[in-house]
Amino acid sequence: MDDLIIEFITETNESLDELDMDIVNLEKNPNDKDLLGKIFRLMHTIKGTCGFLSLPRLEKVAHHAENVLGRFRDGDLEVTAEYVTLIFESIDQIKFIVSEIEEKGSEPEGDDSDLIAKLDAAYEGKSLSDTTSCTDSEEEKEEKSSDDQSLESEASEKEIVVDVKEKDIAPGDATLDELEAAFAAAPGMEGIVNPADLEKEKKEKEKEKEKEKEKKEEAKAKAPAPPPLPKKEAEKPTKKPKTPPSQTLRVNVDVLEDLMTMVSELVLTRNQLLQITRAEGDTPFSAPLQRLNYVVSELQEGVMKTRMQPIGNAWSKLPRIIRDLSIELNKKINLEMRGQDTELDRQVLEMIKDPLTHMVRNSGDHGIEMPAERLAAGKPETGTILLEAYHEGGHIVIKISDDGKGLAEDKIKEKIIANGLATPEELEDMSSQQIQQFIFKAGFSTAEKVTSVSGRGVGMDVVRTNIEKIGGAIELKSVEGQGSVFTIKIPLTLAIVHALIVESSGEKFAIPQLAVKELVMVSAHGDNSIEYIKGSPVFRLRDRLLPLILLNEVLGLEKNVSLICEKDGNDDEDSKDSNFDEQNNVSKDDYIYDESKDHGKDAKKCNGNNDNKNHYIVVADVGGYEFGIIVDKVFDTEEIVVKPVAGILKNLELFSGNTILGDGSVIMILDPNGIANTSGSIDNNDLANNEHIEKQHEADSDKKTSLLLFTAGDSTPKAVPLSLISRLENVKSDDIEYSSGQMLVQYRETLMPLVPFSSNIKIDNDKDYPVLVFADKVQSMGIIVDEIIDIIEEKIDIQLGSSKCGLLGSAIINGQATDVVDIAHFLNNINNDWFKDHDDTPFGEGENAAKAGKTKKKILLVDDSPFFRNMLTPLLSVAGYEVTTLEGPTSALKLREEGVNFDIIISDIEMPDMNGFEFAQHVNSEGSQWIDTPMVALSSHATPKDIERGMSVGFTNYVAKFDKDTLLNTISQTLMDE
Amino acid sequence: MSEETQTHTTDQSKDFLIIEIDNQKFGIPVLQVQDVLREQEVTHVPLAPPEVLGSLNLRGRIVTAIDVRKRLGLPDRNPDMPSMSVVVEHKEELFSLIIDKVGDVLNFKDKYFEKNPGTLDPLWKEISTGIYQQDDTLVVIIDVSSLLENVERKK
Repeated sequence: MDDLIIEFITETNESLDELDMDIVNLEKNPNDKDLLGKIFRLMHTIKGTCGFLSLPRLEKVAHHAENVLGRFRDGDLEVTAEYVTLIFESIDQIKFIVSEIEEKGSEPEGDDSDLIAKLDAAYEGKSLSDTTSCTDSEEEKEEKSSDDQSLESEASEKEIVVDVKEKDIAPGDATLDELEAAFAAAPGMEGIVNPADLEKEKKEKEKEKEKEKEKKEEAKAKAPAPPPLPKKEAEKPTKKPKTPPSQTLRVNVDVLEDLMTMVSELVLTRNQLLQITRAEGDTPFSAPLQRLNYVVSELQEGVMKTRMQPIGNAWSKLPRIIRDLSIELNKKINLEMRGQDTELDRQVLEMIKDPLTHMVRNSGDHGIEMPAERLAAGKPETGTILLEAYHEGGHIVIKISDDGKGLAEDKIKEKIIANGLATPEELEDMSSQQIQQFIFKAGFSTAEKVTSVSGRGVGMDVVRTNIEKIGGAIELKSVEGQGSVFTIKIPLTLAIVHALIVESSGEKFAIPQLAVKELVMVSAHGDNSIEYIKGSPVFRLRDRLLPLILLNEVLGLEKNVSLICEKDGNDDEDSKDSNFDEQNNVSKDDYIYDESKDHGKDAKKCNGNNDNKNHYIVVADVGGYEFGIIVDKVFDTEEIVVKPVAGILKNLELFSGNTILGDGSVIMILDPNGIANTSGSIDNNDLANNEHIEKQHEADSDKKTSLLLFTAGDSTPKAVPLSLISRLENVKSDDIEYSSGQMLVQYRETLMPLVPFSSNIKIDNDKDYPVLVFADKVQSMGIIVDEIIDIIEEKIDIQLGSSKCGLLGSAIINGQATDVVDIAHFLNNINNDWFKDHDDTPFGEGENAAKAGKTKKKILLVDDSPFFRNMLTPLLSVAGYEVTTLEGPTSALKLREEGVNFDIIISDIEMPDMNGFEFAQHVNSEGSQWIDTPMVALSSHATPKDIERGMSVGFTNYVAKFDKDTLLNTISQTLMDE
Repeated sequence: MSEETQTHTTDQSKDFLIIEIDNQKFGIPVLQVQDVLREQEVTHVPLAPPEVLGSLNLRGRIVTAIDVRKRLGLPDRNPDMPSMSVVVEHKEELFSLIIDKVGDVLNFKDKYFEKNPGTLDPLWKEISTGIYQQDDTLVVIIDVSSLLENVERKK
């Protein structure tokens, strides 16, 4: 039998049993509103559920009974003894049907038209005797109870009939069968010859002839216990024992809850014991402890299981909701559910039930378009809502996706402005991700009209709150026109959580694993280091800027000395006044971003730590907002039982609780949400901050390059694009060693060649020298300079060319004549050996380059800036390509006419006579021999619009300038694709 | 709080656990004392009020440790000096009051009880119900609930 039906029966029986208690009172006090209300509710529930479970007979009885009861309840109708009898009759009838369903799994055959007729009559307020000839039910029933014996036999006789019929209308059969059954059940089906039908027919005839007698019989069969004598009810089970109930036991949740708490404590104690014995080595306790360990684990699992329920339980009502919704809204919606069996804690399940229902409803109501709209948009007429649940590392992920219209950003914007949540200017700067987040705000609904299902604007914020209450997180991704995906991540259970134990300033803390996305180690000598923007630490994680929070700082612990960054002052005037006009020298170095231009000079790059201490960044994810928490040490993960913090400490929003670890020590549990809030990094308006920063930076630095200024040899400041430098290091002169005349320093267990920038740099003893480290994945080299002055954002406009090796020329930077350093020259010439050594395992992907080594791929690089040409040429040739550089498209097109071919063309976008777009159009014009040559655009203007334009004119790829890794990857990728 | 002092009729008496902080004797109603502990390992709780020394594990329950010296505005304990703690329950939570020494349980006759002198340090007045005169010394009676409640309020 269907689980749902079993549940329904259990519940109905329970309610019916409860009614039995009260029903006596109804006789004494027929107008007891409370009791009538109770019966009414029961009828209502039964009716509602029956419709869902397709139990038409029961539904009908319940429905008619409900009508009558409704009138009683509202006081429209006086409850007379006659009516009380009728109510009893209905209840008994329901009991009978329910017990039949319980026994056989489906509704018994039969007809309740008499009862219904009576109920209808009662509804209209007529006396029952007017409609039926059952004038004295009282008497009849008296009689009935006297000959129960014979009733039983009659009832069983009827059951046989029913049994035969059963086969025809077994649930789950095709609807055709059901129809047939319905036909068979309908009166006056004399034509059909079938043993069961014959039986039936006979009854039918009897009924017609002796309606009264029939009635009595029916009543007897249906209601073995006489309604007016409820005391008889108690006897019923003894006479006709019910089939043993299903193998379940209803237990109060509180009992389970207590059990769970005890088990949690037991688990903790076991953990402590294990930890002690581990330290002791072999003791007589080891073996029994091992057993205890095993048993406790089993017990924990078992108790957890009692609380686990398949998520399908929370979903069971959804198909119906969607069905009704699609009818009501005239939409075609298909609800697909995957992973119903995924089990999760009952407590969690209860908490997410309503949010889920709400969200699915939302998807159907707001997400899926009308069929016509869908067709017009080229989508299938039927919209699909996909509900998925699966386990993912200790938590459960629930995804609700629809292929509807997605979130209408314009509407959200309008609403944001209308509600005064943000100004239009602020919106300008927001990413769509940020704008979408607004739907989680209170009172925010963009539905054009409030339907009966949704659109009241009390939705998503409640959903979010509910989910966060149980330590979960909700994310939203939506593409206008393509649909939305909501991803909910919730813990498996609330009682025991996995936590990562970390240490900061010598104190240990636990971070719930759910919030932890990954761990990054930052070592003093690693390629990756923590960088600072006006004192705020950030970290570049796979080309994304991760805001960092120093745990010891937010916790007010002793500051971490090793993270102090070196600072220089440079208070010169801002670059805004300079009239540099070169278009190409544009930086995309996100990490130098600063909120306001005026503070651009405060941006610093730090060389990480000065000692050998490593740090860890715990990358936390709070509702889609990622940030890093810097800690000193990371230990293992532990199962912990979250205990609330003492009242005195309740106001500390950084902690979600505390717990006792295996070693018996108390540890505070950090609340990533609270950390984000405290540090002010997660303004709700400011979600998806990263994108925000990047975007703004893009605008700010449009024509600028981040430059590192330093002096070397003479007093003239030198500038080098910061992005080319991996790190800045301080090298002690004592550490500098010599090998075959080459200056070396031991660095991360390898030797790094050092080159003084100028021969004027003298290496004295006992002195620290700043070293600019250039590195790729394989090896690094350092250039020794005198002093690092500053990092600035500036346009580079080389005004005077230079004949001097290693300099590209001079430019006005920071209001001062500055030498622009040709690092490529340094890499290429000053330290030839290094490049030679790595000719076959060069930058980027050694594999591709090795391949390229055999037949070198030819690259045409078109860029009007000598700086970039000089920059990229060595880079590309080192990577194993044959590079031809040209200063403009015109000369490139000349080469084409000469019949020279290339494997790939890399072109700048902004160039004086012909820009990159035009160039691409030429290259891809019909009849061009280069039409098949892939083109990679190189530009700082990597806005989506530009990229789109670039793609439309024939660029295969779009790469930001100075992003050498991406450039190399893109080239090898593009060549491979070809 | 001095209004709520015990009525001191002639012959009645009460038991107090005598503790010592900065050479001053204090009394805690003995019925409120749950445990007396030696120095325990206390986990520091960052950002907590200064009086909160941290949390400790008392047989599986997490107990908040209160530095009574701080609460009374007394100088910090010499780090070499051992400390003791008295565990009390307040609003269904356990607190461990960190003090210098624990003495005997003494029976004080109500007739020796005095309300707080008007000149007493206001901080002390707040947490004390009154003073018992003994032959050689004066014992300040600590009102546990106001001692702990005001920590909460101060936060």
